[in-house]
Order: sequence, then structure tokens, then C-alpha cells
Amino acid sequence: MTDWLHPALVLLLGAAALPLLPAAARRVWLVLVPLLGLAALFTLSPGTHGQFEFLGMPLVTGRVDDLSLVFAYVFGIILVIGMIFALHVKDTVQHVAALTYAASALGAVLAGDLVTLYVFWELMVITSVWLIWRRGTDVSYAAGMRYLIIHAIGGMSLLAGVIVFYQTTGSIAFDRIETASPAFYLILVAFMINAAVPPLHAWLSDAYPEATVTGAVFMSALTTKTAVYVLMRGYPGVELLMWMGVIMTWYGVIYAVLANDIRRILAYHIISQVGYMVCAVGMGTSLALSGAAAHAFTHILYKALLFMGAGAVIYMTGKSKLTELGGLYRSMPWTFLLFMVGAVSISGFPLFSGFVSKTIIIEAAADDGRGIIYLMLLTAGAGTFLSIGLKLAWFTFFHRDAGLRPAEPPPNMLLAMGLAASLCFLIGVVPGPLYAILPAPIDYNAWTVGHVLKEMQLLLFTGLAFFLMLGLVGGKNKIALDVDWIYRGGGKALTIALRDRISATNAELRNVFMDTLVQWMARVKKRHGRDGKLARTWPTGSMAFWVVVLLASLLMFGIRQH
Amino acid sequence: MLGRWLERLVARGRLLSLITLVVMALLVLADIIIPPAYVRFPWDGLGGFAAVLGFVGCVFFIAVAKGLGHLLLYKPEDYYGEQHEHEAPGRERSRDD
Repeated sequence: MTDWLHPALVLLLGAAALPLLPAAARRVWLVLVPLLGLAALFTLSPGTHGQFEFLGMPLVTGRVDDLSLVFAYVFGIILVIGMIFALHVKDTVQHVAALTYAASALGAVLAGDLVTLYVFWELMVITSVWLIWRRGTDVSYAAGMRYLIIHAIGGMSLLAGVIVFYQTTGSIAFDRIETASPAFYLILVAFMINAAVPPLHAWLSDAYPEATVTGAVFMSALTTKTAVYVLMRGYPGVELLMWMGVIMTWYGVIYAVLANDIRRILAYHIISQVGYMVCAVGMGTSLALSGAAAHAFTHILYKALLFMGAGAVIYMTGKSKLTELGGLYRSMPWTFLLFMVGAVSISGFPLFSGFVSKTIIIEAAADDGRGIIYLMLLTAGAGTFLSIGLKLAWFTFFHRDAGLRPAEPPPNMLLAMGLAASLCFLIGVVPGPLYAILPAPIDYNAWTVGHVLKEMQLLLFTGLAFFLMLGLVGGKNKIALDVDWIYRGGGKALTIALRDRISATNAELRNVFMDTLVQWMARVKKRHGRDGKLARTWPTGSMAFWVVVLLASLLMFGIRQH
Repeated sequence: MLGRWLERLVARGRLLSLITLVVMALLVLADIIIPPAYVRFPWDGLGGFAAVLGFVGCVFFIAVAKGLGHLLLYKPEDYYGEQHEHEAPGRERSRDD
């Protein structure tokens, strides 16, 4: 224990101390604690740390290797940036929730066994839900409740999987899961829920747009990427994931075209981008896995930047729908510019971070000879630019003057966005340091003439199609049904109908039973009541008669001679 | 400052679109002339393939999404019986613990 300090512990202690501090010191503390956490991350040396025995199980709280470090670093970085973005928020509950949420995500990524993973997995849910609830609206309360229930189901699946895994293998070590027992699927389902793999994804697009402005930034970064990490660890090369991943890339794009809420568009594009990673995990080649890790790293930065940009718009205007926004580039030019850095990063424009990570995954598909996957991933890239770089940006910042004249967001928000944008740009221009920390050394150069030509053609011609169809692609005052309809719409109606049917049947059965009972009571009363046949006082003669009958029957049937 | 600079760009929107269109044409031309780095798939040698894919892909996504939306998925905003209350700008600032 002395040779290492768990970074999650730093954050947890920091979170615990926060409410005790005077209000003036809290702001300093809010930046200091994530920085200390990040510093603790940089002191980690590869190896196994923090082992101890609990109820006869060997627990490992610190598995530090190339794979866990990539995710841990970027979690640490985004916590610093997200906290700066949230500095103006006076709600201590949110800050404590964000710190403990990040601590649990770090705990999950550094967990070396399934039990430790499970503990942090559940902790992530119960801390992050406060980032939804503290929005303080009825809608966010309901969305948070649904978020909690879905993740509770996922957590149960993980727990059941871990138990079955322990029973069949006698181990709780978390490595590649190869058992053919139900544990394989139970754990996989839990991971897929957190990775938002359709049809288990609806919690994300349901809850994230209802979270607080600053809370959504943390949520966009941590939950799904922890899931990508555990999938990389436990299920590399599972072909099902490759197909599910490529479906995700398209699914997110199609729903983003339908969405009107700016953060819902971004939420669907988390699904789409995580699709690239899940697909790469499914391919399972060394290049693909490195691509997944690299893409997770860049994705966290540009997606947080996009959520910060959209959050700044919501915070300053009080509006979140494309149909209510427009023309904001005049009053919020810096927000616009920084948002666009995120938008071109996620779209994969050369010079920005998405380009140097997404193309690794696409290259890995080509390298593996998977033509259909290659084409589908490439096309999904066009869809990404379509919804975020074009639709979201155009209808929020240009299009028409919606009459809104907000000021730029507070300086801490702009600073956080600036930091994230700088990283997006730096990684795009100098990808070397990122490539150097990937789990496997890669022989890949994003900056070839072929790659640049291909991406630029793809994106610019997407732009052409967008402006030709401009009349069609604007936001609509509608919502698009997704799988959550099952538990919010049809399924809810079905459940209510079923409940009513059951209670009606129950009432009928009780009535029938009671009627029968009453009839029986009447009959019993007739026989056994005061004047009933069996309750009358009988003459002694009758007694003697029955004794005779008894004896006679004994004589005839009871006493047999052998 | 930045705002005025952006406005100046927007005012020259036509010129910017024209430049972009020329760049696009040059990109396709370059793609046709420069031989591909590898030929792994049948489409690897086709100049301008990515341009077509981008354009067709974009039209495809809009068509599929809007088709699904109008046939099946689009519902009124109060479909789930929830109404988003409008929040005043910067409401988080007013909340203290």
C-alpha cells in the first residue's frame, strides 16, 4: 500500500472534504483535487497494486498497464477540464457527485478483478444519477429514475455473471472472458448496456439531454468509455461486437437526423462514435484495438467540448431546441468557434483529433479485408459531419436570427472549452504522443495523401448534399420514438392494461371464492348449526345404536383371520 | 472582435462557397490523378469514390431518417405526457446550497 496511491482515493477524499470547506475555498479545491488526482495518475507504475484478501477473494484495486492507463489518463484530464467548466456552479451536491463519479470510473478502469469492478460499476451509477436529478425539473427526475433502473438491471446482470463466473472457473480475475457458461453472456449484456449498444442504448439518449449543463460533460466522457475499456479487456475479437458496433455508428446518425434537442443530437452521436470503438473491439486485431483506445481518448475530449458548447448555449439562452435557436454566431462567437473545433474533430477533418484516431479503426477494417465494415464506417463519418458539423452548428449559430442576444458564457466555461479545443487541435497535428501510450505499438501514419484526400472529399461532398437539402434537415417540433418507448409508451400501456386485467381477475376470483364460501357456510350451518342434524342432542339410544353399528362393522371388516 | 470578423466572412458567403466548390473539384481531380496507395478493395482505384460516398451517404441518411420519422417515429413533443418547462437563462447561478 505504501508504494502507490489510488487516484480514486484522492478524488474520494477530496469530495468528502468539499462540503466542509468555506464557500470561498471550494473553487480552489475544485480545481486542486482533480489536479492532484491527475498527478497521482502520472505517478502510477505498471504492475499490480493494492492487492488484499476479502472474504477469501483476492482483490486487485490497481491493475496498471498500457490499456488501463490510456483510459485513466484521459479520465483524469477530462475531470480537470469538466471541473473548470463547472466552477461557477454553487450546487455542492453536483460537485461531490462529479468527483465521486470520476473516482468510480477510475476505480473501474484500474480494477483487476470482477468484484472490485462490480463495486465501482455500481458506484458510477448512483453517483452519476445526481448529475441528472440536480437539474431540478420533473422531466429530469423521471429521466434519472429510468436511468437508475436500467443501470440497476445492468448491475444485476453483472453481479449474476460474476457469481456464475466464480462458480464455473473458481476465479474472479478479470481478463479475457472465455468461459462458455452463461457468465459470458450475463457480463457481456451488462457491458453492452453501459456501452449503449442498441437495443440496450435508450437510457443514454433519454437521460443525457436532461442532465445539468455541467453534469452532462462528465457523463458524456465516463460511462460509455468505461464500458469500451471493459469490452476491450474482456471481449476482444467477439465478432458479434463488430456487427453491433457498425450498426451503432449508423443508428446514432439516423436518430441524430431526427432529433431537435441539441444535446440529444450529441447523445446519439455518442452512440455512433462508441460504435466505432465497439466495432474495433469486435475486430480484435492489434491495430483495431489500438484504434479503439486512441478513439476513446480523442472522443472524450471532443465530445466533452461539444457538450460544453451546447451546454453554454443552453445556459445562456435557456433554450435547447434547434427550432428555438438560430443566429447565435453574432452574440456568442467564441462559443461558436470552440464548438466548431469539437465539430470538425468528431467529423474527422485533417488537423483535428478525430482524424488521427477514427482513421486507425477504418484502416484496421481495410487491413482485415472487411469491405462492408470499411464502407459502413466511412459512410457513418459522413453522417457525423452531417448532424454535428452541419445540422447542429448551422441551425444553432446561423440559419435565421431567433432574436436571442445572449452574452458569452462565464470565463471559466470558455477557459474549459479552450483547453479541450487546444487538446483536440494538438492531438490532430501531433498524434505521436497519443500513439506512444496506446496498448500496442502501431505502425500507422494518418497523414498520407490518400487518407487526407479521402476524408476531405467525403466531408466536403457531405456538406454539398446538406446545403442542397437544407429545407429538409432542420429541427422539427417533434420527438422521435426510440426503444425507450417500450417502457415509456407501449410497454407502459401494456403493463398498465395487464395490471388492470390482473386486478380485475383477482377481484372476480375473490368474489367467486367468497360466494362459494358463503354457500358452504350456509350448508355447514344447516348441518352443524344449533338446529342442524349433527348438532342436535341425540337420545342415548341413538348412541347405543351407533356403537352397535361400529361393533358390527368391526366384526365384519376389521377382524380378519389369517 | 471575433464577432465582426465572422460577420465579414458571412457577408462573403457566396465567395466562400465558390472557393469551397473549386477546392472540391480539385480534390476529386487530384484523387483521379494520384494513384492509390494500395488496392485492397474493388473501389480503391476509382478516383472520387469518397466524394460520391459522402454525397450519397448524406442523402441516404437524411432519406432513411426522415422516412422512418414520418412513417413511424415522429410523435408530438408531449407524447410521453411530459412538458419541458422553460428555464430562465443562467438559472443555475441562482441556486445556492
